[in-house]
Amino acid sequence: MEVETIIFLLKTSLMAMVPIVLTSVGAVWSERAGVVSIGYEGVILASAFFGAIFAEISGHASIGLLGGLFIGALFGMLHGILTVYLKGDHVIPGIGINLLAAGLVPFGIMAYWGTAGQHQLPFKLWHFKIGNSEFSPMILVTVIVAIATWWVLFRTPLGLRVRACGENPEAADALGINVEKYRFWSTVYGHALAGLAGAYMSVDWLGLVHKTMSGGRGFIALANMVFSNWNPLLSLIGGWLFGFFDALAIWLAPKHIVPEQFIYMLPYIMTLVIVAGIIGKAKPPKWDGKPYKRE
Amino acid sequence: MRSSGRPGVSEILEKINFRAFVESIIAVAVGFLIGAIILLAFNYNPAEAYTALFRGGLASIDNIAATLHYSTPILLTALTFAIGARTGIFNIGAESSFYLGAIAAVAFTNIWGNLWFGLLMGMALGALWALPAALLKVYRGVHEVISTIMLNWIGWYLISWLIVGPYADPNNPIKTIKVPENARLPTIGNTVLSWGFIIAVVAAILVYFILWHTTLGFGMRASGYNQRAARYGGISPRAAMMWSFIIGGMASGLGGAMKIMGEYPGYAISQGGSNIYGFGFDGIGVSLVGRNHPLGIILSAIFFGMLKAGTSEMQQTGVPLEIVKLIQGIIIITVAIPGLYDLLKKGLRRAA
Repeated sequence: MEVETIIFLLKTSLMAMVPIVLTSVGAVWSERAGVVSIGYEGVILASAFFGAIFAEISGHASIGLLGGLFIGALFGMLHGILTVYLKGDHVIPGIGINLLAAGLVPFGIMAYWGTAGQHQLPFKLWHFKIGNSEFSPMILVTVIVAIATWWVLFRTPLGLRVRACGENPEAADALGINVEKYRFWSTVYGHALAGLAGAYMSVDWLGLVHKTMSGGRGFIALANMVFSNWNPLLSLIGGWLFGFFDALAIWLAPKHIVPEQFIYMLPYIMTLVIVAGIIGKAKPPKWDGKPYKRE
Repeated sequence: MRSSGRPGVSEILEKINFRAFVESIIAVAVGFLIGAIILLAFNYNPAEAYTALFRGGLASIDNIAATLHYSTPILLTALTFAIGARTGIFNIGAESSFYLGAIAAVAFTNIWGNLWFGLLMGMALGALWALPAALLKVYRGVHEVISTIMLNWIGWYLISWLIVGPYADPNNPIKTIKVPENARLPTIGNTVLSWGFIIAVVAAILVYFILWHTTLGFGMRASGYNQRAARYGGISPRAAMMWSFIIGGMASGLGGAMKIMGEYPGYAISQGGSNIYGFGFDGIGVSLVGRNHPLGIILSAIFFGMLKAGTSEMQQTGVPLEIVKLIQGIIIITVAIPGLYDLLKKGLRRAA
């Protein structure tokens, strides 16, 4: 294998890693607090769209990233109100959010830019150079977010309280922890990171908004969460592996050695095999997805 | 009258869950209302758009036939979700069972050009594709949301390959080979509507019968309510869950098969799977609005079918068709609000 190929695979896998890891880490935090969401796919898509609008209006790609973060947080609040405060089902709103975004984004692209399907952004985020290759600063941000989230979740009192809400909310409540508050803000954090992931895709990585640009990454992130056994550090490694498959498929596709569809299938098959318990049974937090009502 | 053994009108009304019905109507209204606000925000005329939408779905016999035609596949995928929900399972794998049913119809009718053989193989492959999720759930405790989402993606890439690979039409590479003529579902009169709609309605009634009038169905619903209580009652929740996945897979598989075998004039899967994509996800919404009840689902499938049928007419007024998907999303989020009926009543009382 030539050096160029290795650099291509490394660079592409790092770029592809960012949205999956950010979303996974958010989902890990939220599920550790006990809130399940399958709406990340829609959040990524919607934030990619709004992030691009924020970027174009302000003229700065970085404002687009913040805008995506903000839109993600709004979705998190919606999901949090329905699941944490109204004690509703955790899965159904996610399905709704995914559908909503799948309708809103193509509609919005048409209504806002007047083009069907795709809009190219006039600029991208600033990149730093190593040798001849450019790298996004978001790769560093992602690594820092994953490590910091792990540290807070497993090494600080705040993290202990969050995890208590997902493992044993009754005991947490008895200790005076406001379970609803922790669960709500954990949901907001989870969705905000997915929002950042979406904006990264439009204003940095791809430089465009497309109606199917999320491409299942929200679901891959959930698979990666299970794969990582609800641990942000392992999510970072798992996310890079998923990114590597992306890169591999892009590199292999024109060579027609294996149909590319089989390479795209691999991460999902791997996830099924892993959750099936061949390597080790994945264990979600005990109260994950269960509404908690005070007696 | 009661002594005759037939239920009276009031008893039938009691059986229909009035509260659930009203909640679905509210959800639909909220969806349209927020949709209208978004249309206004982007300088479209909502009244004009909605009028065109309903006209497109209802204004003529052909339009009504189109409505019923569009309702057929989503009625069946909704049954998949509903059967799961009644058994306490979040089966969102209808999407990929639908793909497998569609490709099975193409593959097997080209081996033996027989209508019933095609439908049967569609159902068989749909059920087969649901099996890994069922086994993982029953024997490994793997949450079905994760396994069915993974199976949906694996199924997507599998059929993507089958469409461009083994089953690509050599004369017309933008779609698969066609279902042979003697295995196609006949259409009703001179419309786009095939007999598939009647088969789908029969399937819904059959699912209703199984769930509410058989021992198996009782066991399924009982383990959906409370697994531990069901076990004390001598019911095996494992068997109930297995059957839930299998019957659910059969319903979507049948839907996928009929989508291809009954769709004039193509009778083939188009490149990129565009004519078989998304029906499983739509079915979830249909099922939720139909309150996971097979008979409610018949009504809500026709309603969503009408929205689909009306989009092309609405598009002519310049409104992008995706607004309908957006409205569907809002309807589902609204359905997810617990105690919607009570919230509304409280709100109305405060306003008055």
